[in-house]
Amino acid sequence: MKMTGAKMVCEALKCEGVKTVFGYPGGAIMNVYDEIYKQDYFEHILNRHEQASVHAADGYARATGKTGVAIVTSGPGFTNAVTGLATAYMDSIPMVVISGQVPLSLIGTDGFQEIDAVGISRPCTKHNFLVKTIEELPRIIKEAFYIASSGRPGPVHIDIPKCITAQEGSFDYPTSVNMPTYKPHTKGNVRQIKKAVQTIKKAQKPLLYIGGGVTLSNSYEMVRDLAAFSGIPAVETLMARGTLRSDDELLLGMVGMHGTYAANMAMSECDVLISLGARFDDRVTGKLEEFAVDAEIIHVDVDPTSIGKLVDVDYPIVGDIYKVLQDMLPIVKENLEHGRYEKWRKLLEKYKNLHPLKYEDSDEVIKPQWAIERIGELIGDDAIITSDVGQHQMWAAMHYPFNNARQWINSGGLGTMGYGFPAALGAKKGQPEKVVVNITGDGSILMNMQELITAAEYNIPVINVILNNNYLGMVRQWQTFFYDKRHSETDLSFGPDFVKLAQSCGGVGYNVETKAEFDKAIEDAIKVNKVTFINVAVDRLENVLPMVPAGGSLYNMMLEYKD
Amino acid sequence: MNERRIISVIVSNEHGVLSRISGLFAGRGYNIETLTVAPIPNTNFSRFTISTKGSVQVIEQITKQLHKLIPTLKVMEHKEHDVDNIQKEMALLKFPDSESVADIDALSKAYNGGVVNVGDNVIVVMVADEPFRIKQFIKATEKYNPVEIVRGGVVAIER
Repeated sequence: MKMTGAKMVCEALKCEGVKTVFGYPGGAIMNVYDEIYKQDYFEHILNRHEQASVHAADGYARATGKTGVAIVTSGPGFTNAVTGLATAYMDSIPMVVISGQVPLSLIGTDGFQEIDAVGISRPCTKHNFLVKTIEELPRIIKEAFYIASSGRPGPVHIDIPKCITAQEGSFDYPTSVNMPTYKPHTKGNVRQIKKAVQTIKKAQKPLLYIGGGVTLSNSYEMVRDLAAFSGIPAVETLMARGTLRSDDELLLGMVGMHGTYAANMAMSECDVLISLGARFDDRVTGKLEEFAVDAEIIHVDVDPTSIGKLVDVDYPIVGDIYKVLQDMLPIVKENLEHGRYEKWRKLLEKYKNLHPLKYEDSDEVIKPQWAIERIGELIGDDAIITSDVGQHQMWAAMHYPFNNARQWINSGGLGTMGYGFPAALGAKKGQPEKVVVNITGDGSILMNMQELITAAEYNIPVINVILNNNYLGMVRQWQTFFYDKRHSETDLSFGPDFVKLAQSCGGVGYNVETKAEFDKAIEDAIKVNKVTFINVAVDRLENVLPMVPAGGSLYNMMLEYKD
Repeated sequence: MNERRIISVIVSNEHGVLSRISGLFAGRGYNIETLTVAPIPNTNFSRFTISTKGSVQVIEQITKQLHKLIPTLKVMEHKEHDVDNIQKEMALLKFPDSESVADIDALSKAYNGGVVNVGDNVIVVMVADEPFRIKQFIKATEKYNPVEIVRGGVVAIER
């Protein structure tokens, strides 16, 4: 069928089953927006900043497991989108971002709104394309969706010059891809899996180290099965919260810089470490020389570059966690007896009781940890929690009772402030029956606050709980601990009136200073069916603890801070 | 312990692939010593031959990362004096015509080359040999005061 490149884009999105697109128009992408106007297959959400469009597509992808889609224009439209691409790249989120580009004849001439987009996106995407002929456009879109969602997922960027979207060509959307150079290895080596199970069998102190790859590969149920059958205790990374139920006795909590005492001690003392879709990030391992020194390491990952990158691995298994566990579980069930690790679990239980997660609650002022636990009590499993970056993010990861995979959405790898609100919009579009709560801080929320307008216009009722300490809290905490309290540029006492801000954009705002007001605001926010800002005045100087200082050993935790 | 490696990469012959490869090295602080690229005849592929230095872990990461690039078909890694492959490098050198053509010609013949041009003021010599032999040749010709040296970079092929 003959049609323009612009129409091909819309038709291709339809063929991919895309129902929601986030974006922002501009000169070089106008042909595509003209076709978007004429179609009614997918809904287009007009965010008020391109970064928010990409984060929203990302949040949509994380909440649903589908590939998120964003469309932006050339030049500044694209450069605004880069933070979104990098965020998704670091966390391996399947996404396709389409940008307009100046016509081919103007590329390289410093044309208006021209930038070398593929040059910029190359290091922060899984792959990118500059479309040079109309003939290759359908194939490129097909390949982009395939690359984004297969193997280790990631964002793919397609840059389309304006002359291509205007040109006519014949559209025949491929039904399959033929890429001789890209064949992700998904099935794990069975011999290696058997060897790994034999090693687990001999172990006295095995530990499951669960990463975000478990969520990405939709294998959390099998991981629960593996843990429940074998009785092997588990730690979760920031990206893996919700893989095991928060009340699972085997779960020691989050591991790493702000991990629990029990999780970090288990990591340090285990004799076999079974890493499932985790990548030994520096925030998890602490000082590498002293990381899990006694452990034989089994590392399952779909990306071979993740294996042996930072830590030497004894049993590398390259494969999709889902397929590897399909092969591994029957072997485990044949070879392992149930509940062999009594002694090890008793020791870990002791660690759990010795230093549980704790904070000093107060009747004078709301503690941020209390607020998060309270959201858990009030909404619990019905919520999807997104977050920005900083103290509130760590408190949410530590204190919220996550019971499902895809319930916790945050920028783990890149640590992007301003991620949470637009990601919440995406998550709500993807899972409209859930209550979506963005747990944020007074610093982060300002970085994409224009999305109030988007949320109000499209009636996407997400709840933003702003844990407001009038500080750029995490940096303030480091300054307190490591910079002799020189609080350089972290005092945010000059902030907006969040209630009026929300109101001015068509939302609802609440100022909260007491626990009673907090409960009332949350209950009202759920009912009001509008975007809300709940501005919670929290203890200004509360710290995130425990903490492993950067570069320190996991077992050497700062458990409390006394002034 | 840094080791020298020759890495051959076969990639789809498409625009941007050179910057994907060079960007991979630059972004991770890896070093490219030499790089040669040419299309493989009668295919849609190109062959990159890269010589690099690094620890065993770094070399392993380089080969894995190269393989991870979407347009990469195949990555082959060779040690410097491996017997399973042949490594050659070409060099062009320019000498002033005040030097002895006969001496330079004789020397370059020993390194699988010869005088390729004698102009008004300069003598141009080509040699093609193993990379360490090229280094030796360049050292041996120092006394003839070369005015310009162009090295071609390593190419390698399996036996």
